[in-house]
Amino acid sequence: MQPVATPFFFYMLSGLALLGGILTITRRNPVHSALALILTLLAQAGLYLMLYAPFVAGVQIILYAGGIMVLFLFVIMLVNITQVEKEGQFNKQWIAGIVAAFALGVLFVYVYTKGQSLFPDHSAQLPEQANTQQIAQLLYGNYMFAFEIASLLLLVAIIGAVVMAKKKI
Amino acid sequence: MLEYIRSYLDSNVTPGVAGNVFWAFVYIVLIFLGLSIAVIAMNWLERKILAHMQIRLGPMRVGPHGLLQPIADALKLLIKEDIMPAEADKFVFWVAPLIVVLTAFTVFIVVPFGPTHAVTDMNIGVLFMLGVSSLSVLGVVMAGWASNSHYPLIGALRSSAQMVSYEIAMGLAVVSAVLMSSLNERGTGTLSMIGIVQAQQSQGTWFIFKFFPLGLIAFVIFAIAMVAETNRAPFDLPEAESELTAGFHTEYSGFRWSLFFLAEYSAMIAVSSIAVTLWLGGWLRPFSNWLTGSTWDLVFSLFPGVTFLILAAMCFYSTIRMPKHPYFRIQTMGLAGFGVVLALIGLVLFAPPVRDRVQDIYWFSVKVAFFMYLYIWYRGTFPRYRFDQLMKVGWKVLLPIGIAVLIATALVGVMF
Repeated sequence: MQPVATPFFFYMLSGLALLGGILTITRRNPVHSALALILTLLAQAGLYLMLYAPFVAGVQIILYAGGIMVLFLFVIMLVNITQVEKEGQFNKQWIAGIVAAFALGVLFVYVYTKGQSLFPDHSAQLPEQANTQQIAQLLYGNYMFAFEIASLLLLVAIIGAVVMAKKKI
Repeated sequence: MLEYIRSYLDSNVTPGVAGNVFWAFVYIVLIFLGLSIAVIAMNWLERKILAHMQIRLGPMRVGPHGLLQPIADALKLLIKEDIMPAEADKFVFWVAPLIVVLTAFTVFIVVPFGPTHAVTDMNIGVLFMLGVSSLSVLGVVMAGWASNSHYPLIGALRSSAQMVSYEIAMGLAVVSAVLMSSLNERGTGTLSMIGIVQAQQSQGTWFIFKFFPLGLIAFVIFAIAMVAETNRAPFDLPEAESELTAGFHTEYSGFRWSLFFLAEYSAMIAVSSIAVTLWLGGWLRPFSNWLTGSTWDLVFSLFPGVTFLILAAMCFYSTIRMPKHPYFRIQTMGLAGFGVVLALIGLVLFAPPVRDRVQDIYWFSVKVAFFMYLYIWYRGTFPRYRFDQLMKVGWKVLLPIGIAVLIATALVGVMF
């Protein structure tokens, strides 16, 4: 199947992601920030779909929506919203901010001008139908060991969280 | 243009895969209409069946046997005053029902009503359905928080805790079904909804009967978790009316409330379709192994028409039993007319070209309808769980059994 209106969707999704990102840091209400963050993450999922990576897009939706849910609960239960709205929102670290923005800007300009030679002309055209299967074969075939170590690390983190959260086991 | 429309008819795939925008749009409209009718029918059936379980009559006033009650309800909701609490967060309050409805309807683009009767066939179908339906809890939490009131907030917190914990058990059950779909020569499974049904077809068994009792246990886990996912009795803690008035949608009224209602029922249909697709063979007709041959194919293809004829016969029977008072004349005529329409649909479904195309949709819908009846049945028979019991069931019963079934399925699959 030929993609339809690719530039339109790309600019729309990127615009939404940027808009969500800006709203995330400028909203005073933390719940609104979390909502804007969801917008960004969903737009990213759309971009993954455009890159013919449906599995990554699906996982992005499931994991980040789940993650944001927890964030939401933290905001609702732990953060005193009336208190937050009175406090200063930015910590005015101008110098560090300018340095970081300059470095990032240089990187962007460099990639934009030199990108032609840095990256191959066209990415490898993976068949969309087999994307999930290929990821599975890589994870459970070539990178089995690393994958299992990562899962073990997560397990340790879960047990650690439970031990710290529960006073009496 | 006509060529473009006609070109799809020769293809053997879903419109989304064929890239035909026109037919994809037609399917979307059809599914949307069908869902709306199903929700209306569910509304009436739920009240009627619950009433009969409790030896009542249920709605009887609006139309014969209360058939027009859902329409009257919908009209009432539309003209009801739409109240927004003064201290509510206006934007979030406004957007929450939209998110819930959008997610509930979006999942239907991958539901396979037949080998070609789906809007599209995604490579990540099951993942997409689980992911998008998990977004609906976001709408619920937003609704509860934005109402700026105690009961909705408690309802929303309960809802999110419940959905997040049951999603895990649900996911494990789904994974064991996906694992079963990988038992072929190539050794790779699929997450595509159509692909999973085709795997059941080629393996010659529905996954509920596969590796008995492993498939059955996974199915039961999913069937329990999906009731909790959709916030239905006996797991309807987020809207437990004796404790929380109406839970997260206490402050909603009129049209916004009806959106929550619509979303709840279409989410029920959506999770039922996942269960049907993964374990009950989707669009495949029952007994396709035992009762083979052209005669049985013919017999099973007559089922859709016969169903509609039976419904029509019930209408005619009720028409005869209507009171003979002139006050009921219009209602009697209306019921007879409804019966005639049903009979005509039934007769059309007997025509061979229609019969062959509608069969898949019919079997899928019948299986989903069975689940919808189960939902009503649960609500009529089970008392509501306490919240700590609900969490205990989710984390200490369903989750370990789910993992055990997953490991056992993998082991058995490797050995055979």
